[in-house]
Amino acid sequence: MADPSYPEDLMYHAEHDWARVDGDTATFGITWFAQDSLGEVVFFEAPEVGATVAKDQPYAEIESVKAVSDVIAPMSGEIVEINEVLSESPETVNEDPYGDGWLVRVRLSDPSERESLMDAAEYQASLS
Amino acid sequence: MTTYTSVTDSDLREMLAEIGVGSVQELFSEIPANLRLRRSLALDGGLSEQEVFEELRALAAANVSTEQELSFLGAGMYDHYVPALIDSIILRSEFLTPYTPYQPEISQGGLQAMFEYQTAISELTGLPVSNASVYEGPSAVGAAGYVAKLDNGRGRFVVSRGVHPHSRETLATLAHGWGMGVEDAPLVKGATELGALDHTVSAVVVQQPNFLGAVEDLEPIARAAHEAGALVICACDPLPLAVLKSPGECGADIAVGEGQTLGNRLDFGGPSFGFFAATEALMRRVPGRIAGETRDADGRRGFVLTLQTREQHIRRERATSNICTAQALNALAGVIYLSWLGRVGIVELVESMIQRTAYTRERLAAIDGVTLLHDQPVVREFAVTLDVPAQRVIDRCRAQGVNPGYALGREYPELADALLIAITEQRTRADIDRLAATLAAAVAAERRQFAETGART
Amino acid sequence: MIRAADDELTIFERSKPGRRAFSPPKLDVPQRPLDELLPSALRRTEPPRLPEVSEPEIVRHFNRLSKRNFDLDTGFYPLGSCTMKHNPKLHERIAALPGHAKLHPLQDPSRAQGALELMWRLQGALAEIAGLPHVSLQPSAGSHGELAGVLLTRAFHEDRGEHRTKVLTPDTAHGTNPATVTMAGYEVVKVGTDAAGNVDLKDLRAKASDEVACLMLTNPSTLGLFETGIEEIAEIVHGVGATLYYDGANLNAIMGICRPGDMGFDIVHFNLHKSFTQPHGGGGPGAGPIAVSDRIEPFLPRPQVVRREHPGNGAEPYYDLDYDRPKSIGRLRGFQGNYGVFVRSYAYIRSLGAAGLREVSEVAVLNANYLLARLRSAGVLEYLPAAHERLCMHEFVLTGSPMKRELQIKTLDLAKRLLDYGVHPPTVYFPLIVDEALLIEPTETETKETLDRFADTVAEILREAREDPEVARNAPYTTPVRRLDEAAAARHPVVRQPL
Repeated sequence: MADPSYPEDLMYHAEHDWARVDGDTATFGITWFAQDSLGEVVFFEAPEVGATVAKDQPYAEIESVKAVSDVIAPMSGEIVEINEVLSESPETVNEDPYGDGWLVRVRLSDPSERESLMDAAEYQASLS
Repeated sequence: MTTYTSVTDSDLREMLAEIGVGSVQELFSEIPANLRLRRSLALDGGLSEQEVFEELRALAAANVSTEQELSFLGAGMYDHYVPALIDSIILRSEFLTPYTPYQPEISQGGLQAMFEYQTAISELTGLPVSNASVYEGPSAVGAAGYVAKLDNGRGRFVVSRGVHPHSRETLATLAHGWGMGVEDAPLVKGATELGALDHTVSAVVVQQPNFLGAVEDLEPIARAAHEAGALVICACDPLPLAVLKSPGECGADIAVGEGQTLGNRLDFGGPSFGFFAATEALMRRVPGRIAGETRDADGRRGFVLTLQTREQHIRRERATSNICTAQALNALAGVIYLSWLGRVGIVELVESMIQRTAYTRERLAAIDGVTLLHDQPVVREFAVTLDVPAQRVIDRCRAQGVNPGYALGREYPELADALLIAITEQRTRADIDRLAATLAAAVAAERRQFAETGART
Repeated sequence: MIRAADDELTIFERSKPGRRAFSPPKLDVPQRPLDELLPSALRRTEPPRLPEVSEPEIVRHFNRLSKRNFDLDTGFYPLGSCTMKHNPKLHERIAALPGHAKLHPLQDPSRAQGALELMWRLQGALAEIAGLPHVSLQPSAGSHGELAGVLLTRAFHEDRGEHRTKVLTPDTAHGTNPATVTMAGYEVVKVGTDAAGNVDLKDLRAKASDEVACLMLTNPSTLGLFETGIEEIAEIVHGVGATLYYDGANLNAIMGICRPGDMGFDIVHFNLHKSFTQPHGGGGPGAGPIAVSDRIEPFLPRPQVVRREHPGNGAEPYYDLDYDRPKSIGRLRGFQGNYGVFVRSYAYIRSLGAAGLREVSEVAVLNANYLLARLRSAGVLEYLPAAHERLCMHEFVLTGSPMKRELQIKTLDLAKRLLDYGVHPPTVYFPLIVDEALLIEPTETETKETLDRFADTVAEILREAREDPEVARNAPYTTPVRRLDEAAAARHPVVRQPL
């Protein structure tokens, strides 16, 4: 799948999740490292629109053939959109983890939580 | 050296030298001395094959099998005819001795057989997703209860008294660990009477046909359960499903049952297999192995164990079950048997059982002192009440070489002196007439004895 | 093995309306209209769509399927943790005797004395092997036995008025252990493993508390190493009032040498389909009997097989099913358990006796250590070093990390290439704490020549990989199918034939 990459415009959580913050909403997903460790993603079931997610807490599970992983919310808020593409084509997470492979969109309850996240350089450093 | 090991003196010398130790004992040097067994195990044995065979044959001879008496004993396992082709297939090394198919490239035989088995069970139960087997009937009911608990997290089960007592007890044992209650729904005139349900009910459990042989009207039960938001678990006898409306069609969410009647022997209760089928919605919660179809690197069709993330070896403490080894060989016997019966044959078999059962019921109901316990429609089993002690009647019949059925009194105290009589395609008219005559004579003798002594003993 | 395209057809695809194998026996009772006996509202309108095939077709179909399976009678199966030892052929002859095979489970005990005596004697033998006096044969598999053990633990604590919430398992535990804990209604707490491959005693001490109901262990561990601190472990666990549970998957290493009961375990389960030769059948049947100490005995499942002595007149002892067990946890399944499996295991124990069982464990451990030494002298351990530099017991773990780094092939690729050499691969990627794990258990029924050939085969595959890693990466080539798309199977599961 994609080569290792950690886009500069994203914020990163230690549990291998990213957030793209845009004012008071954010998009979440899992990083290249996470999708590489998992292997081919076969199943992802997002929580319902309207559900709340809490920073540092798992909000869903993501499955490959041989593994199940919790997906951790980098920030808190309410789910406003889920990526419908993934129910038919979960492998999109591997192919484009930062673009078409996004997981959920959230209306943030506390945008200042981004302070606790890492930038691309810090996250990459944490991987070695 | 025993028959099954092959280390000669020269092998031993070479092996110890390669390892770099002086004796086999050194290999156990990490075991603390005070834990080492200082004596031989107190077991005799070490017998030749011939002697072992003799001993096991003598033990077999001390049992009264269905070859030695005319048996109408059922209550969960049944004396069906098992065709010869089953053993000739399942005793092949390639089916008997391999491990679970974790390396699918060299396990296509077993995996395809599982896929075919799953298809056959799905056809019988009317539910789209079947697994590749669980241990047996009652623990399958327990496993279904666990799925219901994981699915809706509610606090109790409502279980018909028509469900096999072993299944009810097994569910109760497991439910205790989950902090869940199990409540009975009574049988009235042989049929389940459900009573009011509420949002605390996780699942309603019924059996088809029920333990007293009666065919239940499942659709209203399923509707009531779903209105209360509960799941419907239907434990079923697989052969009658050839003719009865399937649990899936009636609204069951999960269908489970005992598979012994499908090509497996009695074997004093096991090994057999349990089947487990469910709706699409519950697919990712179904326990046990599931074989799935896919393609290989060259585009060839092939089969693999799939949805493994449900299972213990991946999901561990969050698995939908702890099951690992199941009953693959017995399930293989099951799919061979169902192929042998075939679409037309299975209906013929079951319709013939219905006729035999009807005839038996009619003959026995005509006996003085014998009354039908209920007059619900039945398929292969029914219950009668005697007006004399059932156990004594059974003893008299057995002395004549006839085992007339199962005494219900132990598990159903309200049915003291009731007898559960099972029919298979092996019970001929002559057999049934003999049962009727023997039973009639036994009941008459007991009534006489009672009249003479003036007391029940 | 066969590769012809025809083998891809399922039995349903071979079906043709009008074909049949079954012919019904004569129906000589007077017949009544079906509608009278079974109202049509209760009946299905269409029969289930089972195949329509003749006997020759069924036989050929399943025979050809069988030739697409590798099996133990055909080749070596060094699957760690599975104990794939030879299945004695005598056992099938015995199990087929009608006195065993055609015995109804509800037959009156007075007419099933042979069966009950067999079960009672098997119980006694297992008790002696385990060093714990009371045995239940009811559980149907190892994980079923584990469930029984944890439920027994719960009953034991509840009987003392205690309600504990946690069960400890090592991070090396087989997946069935934590899955069982949750099924029994407890919370799993993991205990770490130290650098020497033993349970980390410091971590255990920190986590052992009066909230802990039980510690589940196996000894030797899943790393194939003897838990040298077992007495201290027992002290710590019993010290907080918890029970110590033994997962019998690795019993093959210690029979007649040491006993779990003597180590301090309260509850032991056996896998009769591992050490006691019940054929694996491609995924069962098995059996998972349990042995327990005096203090756990009252809670054993119901019914128990017992021997009753007749009073006075010297009549033979009588074997029976005892239901009168007020503190029992109840039933875990129907009837008495997998009797057919008991018949085979009992025959095995009678064949071997005390000396034979001890020899099993001695040779199992000898074979494992020899294979490890041969792999070392074949140069294999340079790329697949042993996870721990210790004497192994009946199995050992190698790590494929160096191989991955230096040869660019993973443990998975090595396993797939082994298939082309006619060997079943060892267990892969377990235990979880070893990276790129390869868990190898030869068992005692393999010859030295087989072990030599295996070591040379692995060496050959590594040599091949040094020249061209692509070979292993795209293996296997000679099996009935090549690598299968498991991701597609999981994404869009097709779990039955559409009809």
